[in-house]
This record gives sequence, structure tokens and C-alpha cells, in this order.
Amino acid sequence: MRKAKIKLLGVPRADEADVNPAEGTVELNSKRYSTRSLPLDAPVSGTIYGALLNYKGVLDELGEAVNEAPYKAEPKAPVLYIKPANTIIGYGTPIPLPEDVQELEIGAALGVVIGNTATRVNEEQALDHVAGYTVVNDVSIPHDSVFRPAIRQKARDGFCPVGPWVIERDAVADPDAIGVRVFINDELRQENTTANLIRSVARLIAEVTDFMTLNAGDTLLVGVPESAPLAKAGDRVRIEIDGVGSLENKVVPEQELERGAHI
Amino acid sequence: MKRARVACGGSVHGAIEVNGHLKLNDGRIVKEDEVIWLPPVEPRTVFALGLNYADHASELAFKAPEEPLIFLKGPNTFVGHRAQTRRPADVSYMHYECELAVVIGRPARKVKREEAYEYVAGYTVANDYAIRDYLENYYRPNLRVKNRDTCTPIGPWLVDSKDVGDPMNLSLRTYVNGKLTQEGTTQDMIFDIPALIEYLSSFMTLNEGDLILTGTPKGTVDTAVGDEVVTEIEGIGRLVNTIVGDEAFPKP
Repeated sequence: MRKAKIKLLGVPRADEADVNPAEGTVELNSKRYSTRSLPLDAPVSGTIYGALLNYKGVLDELGEAVNEAPYKAEPKAPVLYIKPANTIIGYGTPIPLPEDVQELEIGAALGVVIGNTATRVNEEQALDHVAGYTVVNDVSIPHDSVFRPAIRQKARDGFCPVGPWVIERDAVADPDAIGVRVFINDELRQENTTANLIRSVARLIAEVTDFMTLNAGDTLLVGVPESAPLAKAGDRVRIEIDGVGSLENKVVPEQELERGAHI
Repeated sequence: MKRARVACGGSVHGAIEVNGHLKLNDGRIVKEDEVIWLPPVEPRTVFALGLNYADHASELAFKAPEEPLIFLKGPNTFVGHRAQTRRPADVSYMHYECELAVVIGRPARKVKREEAYEYVAGYTVANDYAIRDYLENYYRPNLRVKNRDTCTPIGPWLVDSKDVGDPMNLSLRTYVNGKLTQEGTTQDMIFDIPALIEYLSSFMTLNEGDLILTGTPKGTVDTAVGDEVVTEIEGIGRLVNTIVGDEAFPKP
């Protein structure tokens, strides 16, 4: 069992609980629950930043295009984006499928949750600023160009499920060597590992905080692997990150959803 | 009414403007140089427009966009009136951008332009500094250019929308060390405020306190350490900022 921060719906503050990431269980008041049976809220409250193009395979997919217009050069510094507050939902909350969209891209990301505010930190000290880790589904409407910020494709309501919890930092021995898998309707659709990151977790924190502070409570997504799977209406999407947890949400057409409704 | 958030006497206060002074919400009247000015709204989701004035777009050799060019900013980048903004020693081109900032007053989803102003709480002034040395063509303008600590002064006041006649007819001016360097009018926005609210709320929910920085007109020039940069919008406010060098921000 590992310690984790967990946020139950309707409860004002996050709780600390013992969790088993492999089994997806939580111990609360000496009783064991499956995450599927608990009404969970997103366990984070700060700003969520994501790193684009941080998996080697994603940059490889762009290939020679990086040297052509509009990009004209390989990326030098971390390329970041923000998942704003309206996108954040918890485990089990439906992901709204916009009316004019058929499929959504599933972005399986390790979320690094900041514990101590980090400004211009060294790579060697970077992990000292981490409170723990969570699983994030960085949902997008499929788009090819990464030239302009993809607000219309990435900032829709409910496009950033987070959970089921924030597991304590020390539960993860090496954040740069953990498996990430995506299942759609229980079928394995993607498998990768953070060993394929271009910038390790510590180096990413160091390079990002060189120009912008990550505040306590903020979450930094380390990247989304190449060949992101697509999900359509009715699909159950599960992202597993070894030692961190499994996040499950269902894609539901937005016209069938009342805001805040649960599966 | 003009509202501010300030720190004074060891605590944070809401305040309103009374005869050139600040009236704190506990009733005390203080002078504007007796307080630390904070951003008038605690930033949460903040949108900013690129290339939203035709003259600025052509100044940067871009044709005007057909869809609003919007990027997001984090809370880390905001500082209040009379703050210091860091210019790293190794950069060659850091310019200010005087912008009208729209503060959303209530949740907005699928709002039509005719009703858009009903969702506006008020307006303030933002200076959306950019360091062009760091521009890269991925999610451009990238956060390293646009979301740096201290690089978005905002304030001094949140001016209630009912006190602003026509927000689409306000003059904007920037002065560097007292010299006028940028001048324009909100009339020249490519996507006006109702269009921006209609566009954003067509695909996402805007919430109370969200900000839209509506872009800047022509006249952005490089600044130097020691410069006092004043961005001013008619009827909204006069936002003062000073550029400082790395010596003011030693690496921890």
C-alpha cells in the first residue's frame, strides 16, 4: 500500500489514503474500496501545464517537417501548453464528445504534481519539489499542425481527466522508466514508457522553471507518446501508469450530458 | 467604480478609488504609494490574442488571421501596478504590449455576440511583454516568450463595465521614460470583444474572473533595463512598470 491524496466529490478538502495502484483500490476508514465505486473528483487544484513533443517517437513522427515551413527548425526549449480549469474532471466523469466531432485523441500523460514552489531549480534538486504523481488524459480533437496553440482542440470542457489520486513521490522509484498503457473498451491500444522521454522529468522541471515558476499544486504533464489512440462515443478509456494508478473515463456525446453528470 | 487589490499594513485588501486615493474595504483611506498593488483580479484562466490589430500584424509581417490567434497564460506571469519585470541579460528584443483586458463576470457558454457584453464584469490594462529572442514555431507564441515570471503587469484598476462607455472606442498609449512610443485605438481590433466572447464560448465555458487580453496595436519597440514603461488606456487606467536586470533576480 502507498500513501496518496484523494479527493472525494462533495468533500471540500483532499484526503490522505492508502492505495494500491495495481489493484485500483483505496483504504478509507479501514475499509477497502475499488476506485470504480467511489465518487472521485480531480485530485489537483493548480494550473496544469503540458509538454509537447517530449517523446522521441513524437518528434520522429514529425521527421523532416521540423526543418520545413512553418516550423523551420527543431524545437530548442520545452514547448508548453495549458489545460485550463474548465477542462479538468475527475475519475469516472464522462468526457464530452463535441457534437461536430467523431473521435477524440487520447493523450496518456504522467502528471508530476508540484509540492514546493519551484523557480529556476537545478536538475539535481528538481525532484525535491515534487509532491507526487498522477495520471492525466490530455484529450484533444485530432489536429496535425502544432504551429499555433491548439486552444480549440485542447481546451474544451472536460478535456482533461485527472486521477484517481496523487500518489506520494517515493512510490515511484524512477519516474523516467515507467510503463504507460491505454486501453479502450479493455483492448490494449497503446503502450510506451517514460524511458522514451526526450527530457527526463527532472530536466523538464529544471528547463521549465528557468523561465516560469511552477507553484505548489501545479501539475506538469511530461508528454504524450506517439500514435495516440482515438476514442469515439461510448468508448471506455483507461490509462494505466505503472506504480501510479489507472484512470478511467467514458466518452459521451455532449448533447447527452448534463453538466457534472456521472456515469 | 474602480476596484483594486492591494497589500497594506501586512494584509491583502480590496479597495476602491476615492478622489485619487484608495479606500480599503475596512474604511481606511490611503495614498496610492502606501500600498503594494496586486493584480486586480486573481488570474485563473487567461486568454491572450496575437495579431489582433491589423497594423501590428503587418508590422510583424503577418497577414491578419481568419480565426482568432489565442494562447493561454498561467498565474505565474502576472504582477501588479508599479511592479518590476525582469529582462534577462542575454536577450536582444523585449517589447511591451499595451492591451485592453476584459474580465468575465459570469459563466458563459455558447453566447451570441449580441449578448456578449452581459458577461463582462469590467476592464483593466495589461502589458503583455514578449521576448522575441525565444520565439519558436511550435504553439507559437510559445510560453517561453509569453508566460515568463513577472512579464505580464496588470492593473491598476478593475473598472466596472457600466462605467465604460464603448470599450471598442478607447485610445491606447505606451510611454517609455515619458516618451510616447505606441498609440492606437480599440476600434482597430480585428476580432472585437463580442466576437471573442462568442468565439471562445462556442467551444468552452468561460468562468467568472477569466481574463481576455485583446491584443496590441502597432508601435512595439525594444526596452532596456531601467526603463519605466507606462501602458495607458483611456478611462481604464495607467499601468506603470519598471524593467530590471538579472542582478535584481539572482538565481536561487
